[in-house]
Amino acid sequence: MRARLLALVLLLLLAGCSSGGTRDDGRITLRFQSLAWQEESVEANKELVKEWNATHPGVRVEYVQGSWDSVHDQLLTAFEGGEAPDIIHDASDDLADFAYGGYLADLTELLPARLKSDIPQRSWETTTFGDGVYGVPFLQEPRVLIANATWLKRSGVRIPTPEKPWSWAEFRRITEQLSGRGTYGIAWPLKEPVSATLNLSLSAGGRLFHRGADGKVTVRFEAADEVVPRTIRAQAGTDRSASPTTLGSGGSDTLPGFFGGRYAMVPLGFSYRQQIVQQAPKGFAWQVLPAPAGAGGLTQGVSPQTLSVAQDSPHQKEAAAFIDFLLRPQNMVRLALGDWMLPTGSRALDDPALRTPEHGWATGAALAAHLRPAPAQTVRGYPEWKDKVATPALQEYYSGAINLRELRKRLEEDGNPVLARYQR
Amino acid sequence: MRTGTPARVGQYTALLAYLVFLAFPFLWLLSTAFKPPRELGSLHPTWIPENPTLANFRQAFDEQPLLHAALNSLLAALAAAVIAVLIATPMAYVVARRRTRLAKAVTGWVVVSQAFPFVLLIIPLFLVLKNLRMINSVPGLVLVYVVWALPFALWMLAGYVRAVPPELEEAAAVDGAGRVRTLVSVTAPLLAPGIVATALFAFITAWNEFFFALVLLKTPEKQTLPVVLTHFIGAEGVADLGPLAAAAFLATLPSLVVFAIIQRRITGGMLTGAVKS
Repeated sequence: MRARLLALVLLLLLAGCSSGGTRDDGRITLRFQSLAWQEESVEANKELVKEWNATHPGVRVEYVQGSWDSVHDQLLTAFEGGEAPDIIHDASDDLADFAYGGYLADLTELLPARLKSDIPQRSWETTTFGDGVYGVPFLQEPRVLIANATWLKRSGVRIPTPEKPWSWAEFRRITEQLSGRGTYGIAWPLKEPVSATLNLSLSAGGRLFHRGADGKVTVRFEAADEVVPRTIRAQAGTDRSASPTTLGSGGSDTLPGFFGGRYAMVPLGFSYRQQIVQQAPKGFAWQVLPAPAGAGGLTQGVSPQTLSVAQDSPHQKEAAAFIDFLLRPQNMVRLALGDWMLPTGSRALDDPALRTPEHGWATGAALAAHLRPAPAQTVRGYPEWKDKVATPALQEYYSGAINLRELRKRLEEDGNPVLARYQR
Repeated sequence: MRTGTPARVGQYTALLAYLVFLAFPFLWLLSTAFKPPRELGSLHPTWIPENPTLANFRQAFDEQPLLHAALNSLLAALAAAVIAVLIATPMAYVVARRRTRLAKAVTGWVVVSQAFPFVLLIIPLFLVLKNLRMINSVPGLVLVYVVWALPFALWMLAGYVRAVPPELEEAAAVDGAGRVRTLVSVTAPLLAPGIVATALFAFITAWNEFFFALVLLKTPEKQTLPVVLTHFIGAEGVADLGPLAAAAFLATLPSLVVFAIIQRRITGGMLTGAVKS
């Protein structure tokens, strides 16, 4: 009796599990895997899909929620198994392997001229691998200084603007001036020290990766590359103007100290403003300042969010048409507002909603013209170089365990053989 | 041997410290789930929320199909646990009772199979399931969970079978019971705690599993709870902490309830035969 009952339960369970199958009504169905995760952003994406489906009865788009946390592994498996979504949301620094591996469609001939001309060439460079374009860069964020406005005003320091930013030397002086007993002018969240250092170093004219005539990339840590690491090390070490405890933290971890009056400024991605709006205590006044500038001006490296089409998709033209719809200027504005980021499209960027001084939108929008592809974008072997060589080397340098000469030695002498393995 | 008072105090202090250590993450999760955003960003966080709110739970349910995902998880975990136990129990009996070369080889293979990291298996598994047309289906996921849980379930149950004295089965045989009657009336009742413990292991493994579910299930209505929970996490590990904590708290409840219900049977089973009377 018991055995029969068990068998019945099992059958019921399996019946409950069985897949529903897909409707076959002759329409094209595209799967759009989105990585949007913030409430407003998910809402904006779902609304746009709904609008597309309402106006395009022949091509139905199915919204699939992905996750930033594991997107690379998930996509790799899906590509290998021939089951990838038709339209793929990702970031440009994750595309190189997929583009070179032949998993993504070359969009050069698929995208309309309107979209091609709306997004500046410097953004297209982030998704160009070899001769093809493998994604549409659509949202990006500069690293900015989020500052305690009351603290800065009280101290009387000059407030930087995109037109007249702080130099790295001035920034160092000011953070020292803002520091006191138990308080710091700045808190660097450097859990991921490599991308932060490399991207900011463009402002000082740093390049780090040098491509030779043979097309091969080598690491050279030159004087311009030293500016940013030197400044951070001096702030955390000799000046004591940067909190030593946040060097291993993520951006969110610095916020309680920022709100609690321990740090005058925190360098964070532009989208962190959403968290600040949500979590800041009532009456807490904050403002967005541009990151310091150097020989390279306000230039910064970024890896924009992208939309790509799977090479295996049988409906590449329709998928590209959906991307074109999603990235119409007014739609791009909605996506940018939802994610608290900057659109790459020049018409969207001119929208008044993104030029308002409220929440620092105007400052961020003014920085858009200075954003360039992250230096590591197209360097093959970069993930291994970053994980095995650069991350531990920079962490040790910032904590004071090694000096600049040792840092250079590690990045170049230990790092170049790693890159060379990928470029034979 | 009697233990002195200072030693007893020391033992209880250590036990309490261990309990606090174990309970801390869960209690913090509970506390976070009821905090409004401003308290989450506070420099001096408190255990008891100053302005407790259910907004995180509301937001979690509004943003993600938590109930549906929980039902998918429950179906997958229950089915995996039941099937794994049904297959593993007779296998474990043979492995434990028959001292043949095959039984030894099976035990060896079970141990070796535990050494494979799942990232190594995921692409071949994906291709196999694709050929079976079981991608994006909960039964496909159940199949993977059964395969994944089976070696350890077999190894665990074999240990329980070995703990049942063969003399009991021999005595039943002497009394005239056939093989099936012996297994059903003598061995099975003694194995019950082991079967429950193994089922619990298979259930919790499947309930918490993330990566296979992420890769194998494509449509939102089939996703399981651990996959849906990651939707509260953004780029660079930034998380929507309040709703994430609320959803994660709810996700831990079924495991806790199942464990609370059957823990007596497990400890009872573990102690069976521990002392000779």
